[in-house]
Amino acid sequence: MLACARTVHGDYSPVKSAIQIRSSGGLQGKFVADICRGCIHPPCAQACATGALTARKGGGVGLHREKCIGCKKCIDACLVGAIRFDQREGIPIICIQCGACTKNCPHGVLRMEVSSYAE
Amino acid sequence: MQNRKFIKVLEIDLTAKKTNLEKRKDLVPFLGGVGTGIKLLEEKIKPEFDCFHEAQPIIFSIGPMETIYPAVTKVVALFRSPLTGELGESHAGLRLGMAMRFAGYDAIVISGKAKTPVYLYISNEQVEFKNAEALWGLDTEETGRLLREKEPGTGLRSILRIGPAGEKLISFAGVNVDTYRHFGRLGLGALFGSKGLKGMIVHGDESESIPDKKEYPKVYREIYHKVMETDLMEKYHGIGTSINILSLHHMNSLPTRNLQESSFEFAQEISGESFAEEKLVRKLACSGCPVGCIHIGIHRKRFADPYEYAWSGISYDHELIFALGSFLGIGSKDDILSLIEIIERYGLDCISMGVLLGWITEAYQKGLISKEQLGRSIDFGDTEGYKFIIENVIKGTNEFYKTVSKGTHYAAETYGGKDFAAVLGKHEIAGYHTGYGHLLGMSVGARHSHLDNGGYALDQSLQEPDGEKLVDDLILEEMERNVQNCLVICLFSRKVYDLDTIVKALKAIGIDYSSEKLMDLGRDIFRRKIALKKKLGFDYRKLEFPKRFFETKTLHGLLKEDKAKDLLSIYMERAEKICAESVDLFARTDDEKKSI
Repeated sequence: MLACARTVHGDYSPVKSAIQIRSSGGLQGKFVADICRGCIHPPCAQACATGALTARKGGGVGLHREKCIGCKKCIDACLVGAIRFDQREGIPIICIQCGACTKNCPHGVLRMEVSSYAE
Repeated sequence: MQNRKFIKVLEIDLTAKKTNLEKRKDLVPFLGGVGTGIKLLEEKIKPEFDCFHEAQPIIFSIGPMETIYPAVTKVVALFRSPLTGELGESHAGLRLGMAMRFAGYDAIVISGKAKTPVYLYISNEQVEFKNAEALWGLDTEETGRLLREKEPGTGLRSILRIGPAGEKLISFAGVNVDTYRHFGRLGLGALFGSKGLKGMIVHGDESESIPDKKEYPKVYREIYHKVMETDLMEKYHGIGTSINILSLHHMNSLPTRNLQESSFEFAQEISGESFAEEKLVRKLACSGCPVGCIHIGIHRKRFADPYEYAWSGISYDHELIFALGSFLGIGSKDDILSLIEIIERYGLDCISMGVLLGWITEAYQKGLISKEQLGRSIDFGDTEGYKFIIENVIKGTNEFYKTVSKGTHYAAETYGGKDFAAVLGKHEIAGYHTGYGHLLGMSVGARHSHLDNGGYALDQSLQEPDGEKLVDDLILEEMERNVQNCLVICLFSRKVYDLDTIVKALKAIGIDYSSEKLMDLGRDIFRRKIALKKKLGFDYRKLEFPKRFFETKTLHGLLKEDKAKDLLSIYMERAEKICAESVDLFARTDDEKKSI
């Protein structure tokens, strides 16, 4: 999360991360990662009424900030809960599929892979 | 925090239920962490009042590199210790440093006393005083669960709480931080209890834009690679700190059965290797640390018939395995985990509790305390007996149990047996019996911790760790650690963060400091701590070395009392000389420095 915020979103704070690592049920519970799955047919883009989110070749979405009206429909549409809302900017925090998180994971938990649905 | 013009100090008064946010320009030269912390403690502490007087402060402090550089993850707490009566300093990790930074506070100062139990909810917008009556009496785990469910901020917050030990003012009660880390040592939990403060949630959800997008990422990468390329990963992530158990055993340095021995016949069974193979179920990292040294072992327990089982995940470390394993003659991993679980749920410091249990066992065997006082008999290796004693310490069952709840030093003063109390500077020892470095290091270190000056490491690295060089190295190490503790860097990565690296890292976030100036600061903090300790009644001349330290073999054979006393005299001379100097942090020339 810190790597995503630092390298992609230019911020020190994990608030600005597109990937969420959290525990389910306190630290005694399991760790889970909410990761953008890079859908080839992304429901978030389908839910976007203004064209701010568009499907990206190879999977995932691109955000066109100027078109976003902050309606949060993309957040509801995401099945895996991978989109959070940046309250200050009024836009969603979108994964750009750059892989910075995988490069900063020293323990082999995260890795990039090509979607099996990709053409 | 960038290009800092001031240090943000949040002051919380529990008596008046009022808060005050100060922007302190004058604290900027002290950098942060232990630097600003010791300055604040000097200002707020009341040497004339006892530890539990409501006016005594609790100070939490972080530095400008917190969370944004690898392994800069700790928070330092400063207070008057209920255990030693003098300087209380304790460090803890997990989420608190991150939460404080992104809630926007460099330091939090808590004073006063709540009329009825409260917990604090602290965010960047507000501080709330919340009713904690229903939580009073609950253990650290249940308190944590309820606060977690009640309050917002999951993932971006830290939850501190005390257990019954802190509420009952037991001198070695700790504060639990996010379940698996603690402000363990020197009794901060009792201080929380004395203030009616059951817990504290810090929620940090501010963003903080990176101003220097060129230099900062570059320096970050450099440090990240250094962290990953040293033996940190191997030692601290692989097996973890418990890798020390076996090697210390082999070098006659593992305190065993109340330090009657320094090697343990069950060392293999309770070694880090054995824990990893049979008990380890996961590892955790503090926020901002790529290493992840926190090792969680599974403790499976049968609580009824037929085949009724429960399990819990227990964090284990070298110090805990020493204190509740070899030191008590316990050679079973399950027994050690079960003791850690009970002690941490009550909210006690595992090291002090273990060392006290060792002393109680020997005092009982020597007839200094009776079966009636204890409520049963006790022998080394008797895990069930130890659980009984721990419960009675918490209950304060009789005069004996009330006395020992003030710590091993106090117990030995009362009942005799100081010769075999494993205590230095009134503080229960850490898990090393390596030589003069550890013996002297813990005695003279500002908070009487093995981490003040790393004496146990000098014992292992110096060619002849018994002369003036040892004394000089202990002092230099403590000054350098003062600098690292201004930034509250995890001391496991201390070798990565040498002064030059710190200078570079600070520069990349807009803070200019030369390594000379950093060392001046480390020296200044060294002096300030000694001055404050003196005000609180500490005197090097009153330090005692219990005979036990000279009866048990170390890495360097048996130590000699005369030699230890000689080294102490040399240390006192050096310390006196340093205290006589005046270092002004703003001065640029030597003449200017002397003029203040």
